[in-house]
Amino acid sequence: MTHYNFAYLDEQTKRMIRRAVLKAVAVPGYQVPFGSREMPLSYGWGTGGVQVTASVIGPTDVLKVIDQGADDTTNAVSIRKFFARTTGVATTTSTEAATLIQTRHRIPETALREGQILVLQVPIPEPLRWLEPREAETRKMHALEEYGVMYVRLYEDITRHGRVAQTYEYPVIVDGRYLMRPSPIPKFDNPKLDRSPALLLFGAGREKRIYAVPPWTAVKSLDFDDHPFEVEHWDRPCDLCGARGAFLDELIVDDKGGRLFICSDTDFCARRRPAADPPRAMW
Amino acid sequence: MSATVDDRPLLSVRGLGKRYGTQVGCRDVGFDLWPGEVLGVVGESGSGKTTVLDCLSGRVTADGGQVAYTKADGSVVDVRRLDEAARRRLLRTEWGLVHQHAREGLRMNVSAGANVGERLMALGARHYGRVRARALDWLARVEIGESRIDDLPETFSGGMQQRLQIARNLVTEPRVVLMDEPTGGLDVSVQARLLDLLRGLVEDLGLSAVIVTHDLAVARLLAHRLLVMRGGEVVESGLTDQVLDDPQHPYAQLLVSSVLQP
Repeated sequence: MTHYNFAYLDEQTKRMIRRAVLKAVAVPGYQVPFGSREMPLSYGWGTGGVQVTASVIGPTDVLKVIDQGADDTTNAVSIRKFFARTTGVATTTSTEAATLIQTRHRIPETALREGQILVLQVPIPEPLRWLEPREAETRKMHALEEYGVMYVRLYEDITRHGRVAQTYEYPVIVDGRYLMRPSPIPKFDNPKLDRSPALLLFGAGREKRIYAVPPWTAVKSLDFDDHPFEVEHWDRPCDLCGARGAFLDELIVDDKGGRLFICSDTDFCARRRPAADPPRAMW
Repeated sequence: MSATVDDRPLLSVRGLGKRYGTQVGCRDVGFDLWPGEVLGVVGESGSGKTTVLDCLSGRVTADGGQVAYTKADGSVVDVRRLDEAARRRLLRTEWGLVHQHAREGLRMNVSAGANVGERLMALGARHYGRVRARALDWLARVEIGESRIDDLPETFSGGMQQRLQIARNLVTEPRVVLMDEPTGGLDVSVQARLLDLLRGLVEDLGLSAVIVTHDLAVARLLAHRLLVMRGGEVVESGLTDQVLDDPQHPYAQLLVSSVLQP
């Protein structure tokens, strides 16, 4: 504790990142460049999310960190321990108890509430990247709202597969203006972005971009009138807690073809099971 | 021609100039393009034909001059002074641009249908079925079979790629089409079919077009009027038959007499 500044980053850096966050909140969906720092974890492990979290966390916050919905995977455990050591704040696995949640690839099943902040780790912030390689050109396309090419991609998907085949990072329009890549969350979570009571912050460390969806902002997933946006659904409940309508992971349990479908949100799943149930995680 | 009906030219170009360092791209080029008219720009390689076209479309920034365009709503804008947003919008809506090489004008990694539908979707079409129906309609009009709608342009022949490029531009029914050597690199029988097609489309849709070509036969078939360029300057202009049958300027005479008669 004594060797590091509160939340690891120095105060000047935190102020710089907070300015970027404020701008991002003021212009929903717009990618704000910021001076991303070297962090003590490698790119792709959440350097952007960690910097945003470090800049907004306060001594009274209660922190939850999830990775693919789970509180107990390596990445989640490491980042949670990192902030416990450098800030001394309380940590939790409960979505309801947390004031600040850093996440990779999922939005919790438990509904978020006003006053909470969700920080998402983003590998590639630019939604137009695979369609237009030039950064100067994509910025111009955002500035002039030239998003027709994104629909070309959806058109191709429907033509080839009969539906939009993209299942994660499904592009959205924020507040009727900016096209946004909602980080690699499954499209199952896209509806939770729309008019979310919690503040959603997105940090991309390697690409040096921060963007935001302020509370209660309209977020619309792109679609065609005759091919409306749809989320994944499973025709069976969670094998552990019996939940229907939650995002399920497929788990292979033996070499005879046995498999389980279980909630990817471990906190949600554990809370639904009777207390006498076996340990909270199975792997 | 409907030139007598409308009292204002669609496009009025004056004193257009562009230098590449000390090299002259084009100098003091001026012409009027009337509604429904096809203007041919001919001349040898390096005479500044493509530079003129690029200055019009804004791909190259001209050093000086004026490009007055009468928009569909009747207002007149100087295309050179439009901000980038308005210029790009104009190029997507009221103008079309057909490149010499189809690869420059097409998205090679998406299907023919998506290529034709792109401009529609860019303008706000959000109904897959309708976009596809319009694409099918336009593919038929440029004589590309219905069964090819989901194929990549990569698998098309050169002539088909060129026709696809034309369909992609005309789908939003632009008022002015700029074409750079539309028949370049195609063999003569394919050229002939493409020329027939272009002639039909221009007449049906009442398009105005500026067609840059080095091929006088193409100019003869398509253009109502001709500009002959040399060394970046317009040396002669007039009705196509007049220029080709009775050229006045020595260079125009040379150009016309250089054509091989089979």
